[in-house]
Amino acid sequence: MGVDRSAIVESESLEREIEGLDALDVPIVEPERKLKTFWRGAWPKLAAVGFVLAVWQGIVWIGWRPSYVLPGPARVFAEIGELMGTAKFWSAVATTLQRAAAGFGLAILIGTALGVAVSRSRTLRRAFGSFITGLQSMPSIAWFPFAILVFKLSESAILFVVVLGASPSIANGLINGIDHIPPLLLRAGRVLGARGLASLRHVVLPAALPGYVAGLKQGWAFSWRSLMAGELLVIIESRPALGSQLQFARELSDAPALIALMIVILVIGVLIDGLVFATIEARIRRRRGLVDVGA
Amino acid sequence: MEAVAEREPAAQPIAIRIRNVSQTYHEGRSAIQALDRVSLDVAQGGFVCLLGASGCGKSTLLNLIVGLYRISSGTIDVGGRRVALMFQEPALFPWLTVEKNVEMGMRFRGVGAEERRSKAHDLLRLVHLETFAERRPHELSGGMRQRVAIARALSQEADVLLMDEPFGALDAMTRDVLHDEIEAIWSRTGLTVLFVTHNVREAVRLGDRVVLLSSRPGRVVAEFPIDLPRPRSADSVPVTEMAAAITNRLREEVRRHGR
Repeated sequence: MGVDRSAIVESESLEREIEGLDALDVPIVEPERKLKTFWRGAWPKLAAVGFVLAVWQGIVWIGWRPSYVLPGPARVFAEIGELMGTAKFWSAVATTLQRAAAGFGLAILIGTALGVAVSRSRTLRRAFGSFITGLQSMPSIAWFPFAILVFKLSESAILFVVVLGASPSIANGLINGIDHIPPLLLRAGRVLGARGLASLRHVVLPAALPGYVAGLKQGWAFSWRSLMAGELLVIIESRPALGSQLQFARELSDAPALIALMIVILVIGVLIDGLVFATIEARIRRRRGLVDVGA
Repeated sequence: MEAVAEREPAAQPIAIRIRNVSQTYHEGRSAIQALDRVSLDVAQGGFVCLLGASGCGKSTLLNLIVGLYRISSGTIDVGGRRVALMFQEPALFPWLTVEKNVEMGMRFRGVGAEERRSKAHDLLRLVHLETFAERRPHELSGGMRQRVAIARALSQEADVLLMDEPFGALDAMTRDVLHDEIEAIWSRTGLTVLFVTHNVREAVRLGDRVVLLSSRPGRVVAEFPIDLPRPRSADSVPVTEMAAAITNRLREEVRRHGR
């Protein structure tokens, strides 16, 4: 059985050769150091905050406006501290976040359904494609008079405008993501037997995920903006919210509270963007090998 | 069905029967004829290499066989066999691990999770990548990705494997190793392979038949049975000599297009 044996030797040496090539070929990935990475991301942000505070304090010192109109950072941060000690503030934050979650959640459902439908059907795209983009550029505050007319001063009016503000961005992000899928991946899916819903779930949507997440991120920004506009206009007496508190602060000419609330609104927006969306985006990029290891 | 004389009495049943296939893209004046009355039989268990210069419609033919494109005229009959197709690029799904990539085809066929896993592992062992199951495609080299693509194609349990210049983008050493590997898999599984390439040596190294296509439009112009014993080496004298003869014929074809 000389032939058999030589075949075995052959396959063993082939195996070893393959292993050797693989070992040489696999890119070397350096393990990331958590603390170092964190610090590298954190210090420029801290420096930027410091810079803004310094400019602010500088303007106050110059005396551009009297201090009861433009208080300094120290006064405002003391105000934030005080606010955080009150139950009313936390109930306002809770109301606002609840509205944001409901509005953004509904916008995700509608925007996603719209995006899938429009990207899968040429007719729907011709009909609604530019309409969606047009809606996206419409300032959401322009919807409020109509919303108040239809829904009165109610939660529904706010929800309506938040959803209208966010869903076009989400739909557009998804459409964009689907448009940019390499055709080869779709063909690979089809060759493997991907059809209809299975193809959508296992090939199209995962492949479009980066664009979709970009759309979600923008959708969140729009919904947060619309929500603040809404809370300034649609004030429901029984439900204190961040926007309505802001409006009251203006009416009472309470400058420290006003600026304090603005900072709170900004910080919540930044935190959600930074904690939720930046994390998801970084994860997607890392998994798909879109991070340059050498950089 | 038109009657076409068999070229030789086939010992094996025919796995792919291509009859008078013509393919035209676009209509009217800008019409481009990609294939012109191509007829070809691939015996079951055969390894046929389709060889041609650019524009010979090699890829078109594979896409027609697998059903990605609609045929303009003629017939292709695979007798109900399952057909898998591999591209020049691995075309792996970048969001999935190596193992999940291999499982994908089985998922679409409704194979259960447990069975998918164990089959995927078997296939990864077959292409010597079992230790890389949890990696993602971007962590692998080009040759390794193409082996994952082989495993993924095999997961379809196809009787026919179409390969569209699968090793074209790889370095020579990796390509040599993959030639050994695909040959080993082919001889072990009894798969029917239709392998498209523009590399003459590769065609002679792998095929038991080399079919030469002309360019623009693609037409079968010559066939070369390769009776050299296996395993072959792409650098051996008989392979080189055979390749030289076929290269001459191929160049003749290319010259016809020089004005």
